[in-house]
Amino acid sequence: MADKVLMKGNEAIAEAAIIAGCRHYFGYPITPQTEIAAYMAKRMPKIGGCFLQAESEIAAINMVYGVASTGHRVMTSSSSPGVSLKGEGLSYLAGADLPSLIVNVQRGGPGLGGIQPSQSDYFQATKGGAHGDFHMIVLAPSSVQEMADLTVKGFELADKYRMTSMILADGTMGQMMEPVSLDYEIAEAPAKPWATTGTNMEREHNIVNSLFLAPEKLEEVNFERYERYKVIEETEAMYEEYMMDDAEICVTAFGIAARVAKNAINEARKQGIKVGLIRPITLWPFPVAPYKKAADKVKEVISVELSMGQMIEDVRLATECKVPVTLCNRAGGMIPSPEQVLEAIVKANGGAK
Amino acid sequence: MIDMEYKRITLLCGHYGSGKTNVAINMAFDINKSYENVVIADLDIVNPYFRTKDSAKELEQNGIKLIASEYAGTNVDIPALPAEMYSLTDDKSARAVIDVGGDDRGALALGRLSPAIIEENDYECLLVINKFRPLTPDAESTLEVMREIENAGKIKFTGLVNNSNLGEETSASDVLGSVEYAKRVSEITGLPIKCTTVNKKLYNELCGKIENIFPLSLQKKIN
Repeated sequence: MADKVLMKGNEAIAEAAIIAGCRHYFGYPITPQTEIAAYMAKRMPKIGGCFLQAESEIAAINMVYGVASTGHRVMTSSSSPGVSLKGEGLSYLAGADLPSLIVNVQRGGPGLGGIQPSQSDYFQATKGGAHGDFHMIVLAPSSVQEMADLTVKGFELADKYRMTSMILADGTMGQMMEPVSLDYEIAEAPAKPWATTGTNMEREHNIVNSLFLAPEKLEEVNFERYERYKVIEETEAMYEEYMMDDAEICVTAFGIAARVAKNAINEARKQGIKVGLIRPITLWPFPVAPYKKAADKVKEVISVELSMGQMIEDVRLATECKVPVTLCNRAGGMIPSPEQVLEAIVKANGGAK
Repeated sequence: MIDMEYKRITLLCGHYGSGKTNVAINMAFDINKSYENVVIADLDIVNPYFRTKDSAKELEQNGIKLIASEYAGTNVDIPALPAEMYSLTDDKSARAVIDVGGDDRGALALGRLSPAIIEENDYECLLVINKFRPLTPDAESTLEVMREIENAGKIKFTGLVNNSNLGEETSASDVLGSVEYAKRVSEITGLPIKCTTVNKKLYNELCGKIENIFPLSLQKKIN
């Protein structure tokens, strides 16, 4: 399908998942991600796949665990409060080293919060998301095209490292419509000799499990897992730099905030202010390299977020506190305006001339 | 440019994301040129963002009355409609545009108004189509969606609005290429193509090349 189609972000995720070979979707409706489930409900029966609306988010994530155990590509999706409910399941998936894809189309919080867009689940997504030592690969799309691209990428990385990939989007990314091209070469998924596919009485049976009776063994699998995480941190970080070559001020933002930031940067450039953008595409692993580079040449980093300031902590770590890192934000379902970001840029540049 | 003839009530239904809201608002402005007392109603009970209500200010400035859920655009995530909705069929002095929610799910709310609309019999029920939407790329799939909407909304369509577009990336050739699709939909549904919409930027380029062009002057845009 080389021709472009006009899609909502949520639909793009669903169609890309199908293209990537996902034939099992389990979920429970919640705004603003319900179109993923609605799309799957229409498409899956036509292609021999399984769409199942579970009785709850908890049931859905455990169904994901079941299918993942058999080695098939599987996904669930939700929005902030629903992802919290899936937390236990995410930890079990990590403990059993199972590949899966979860989508969080974030809305304002905490609590039931609201249905308008937000990025306030950054901590939850990047710092583990539930109990125990574990990470998820966290991908942050900034266009409808990337919603699709990163879904395909998410499945590939999940299989490669036997872990959960999370698409961390927000309500705006889920609801907005843009043209997309869904032209992918899907590589064959790696062999999964650990999967519970039936022994045919020809091999030892496989066990998928996160319970370890001996603490020594549990420590060993934790160490092993973190060796794998180290490889991911070294090789899989993704980011985009925009006008950073001569930048004296660095704006950093992901997802919808990065689009707002780009508009503000274009406006600031017209005023002669040398400002650029670092946009992390993977939030875990966090792309440390561009910040290290920027820390030696910019005078301030401005973190633009739809939260009370969460990514800013990773930005401070990545810049090793060499330069001031300030926050430009809205919260609770509100989006910073380009004017607000421009104001922060002008201020960082020493105020209005 | 087409000189649209409007009935007292113009209903816009279609597949989710086909562009109903944008067409509805533009038609309301168009009707407003020739009539006093124009009303636009947002009957969408499905979509959480990007609603008719987002254009409340422009509508008000032009004296077009907006009937919308007081919860649209807020955090109240319930499919509520205002009681004022009944004025659409009660007050026969107004010219009304009704922006119905997407698909059969969205059209359910219309079922409540359909009997009165059909009884009055001064309406146009338009199916908004867009060949660039992935679930309605051809006439057959569009027909399927059309039947689902008719069943849910309890009203038959009377015409088509070819709103085929790729958002801001739409080119003149995209629109030209969609005419064949619209004709095929027209053939198998038996519904006339009332108009083909184009972004006003493309209007000059396409003028004379497509029948019944309806330029869209108001375009929603974010970031």
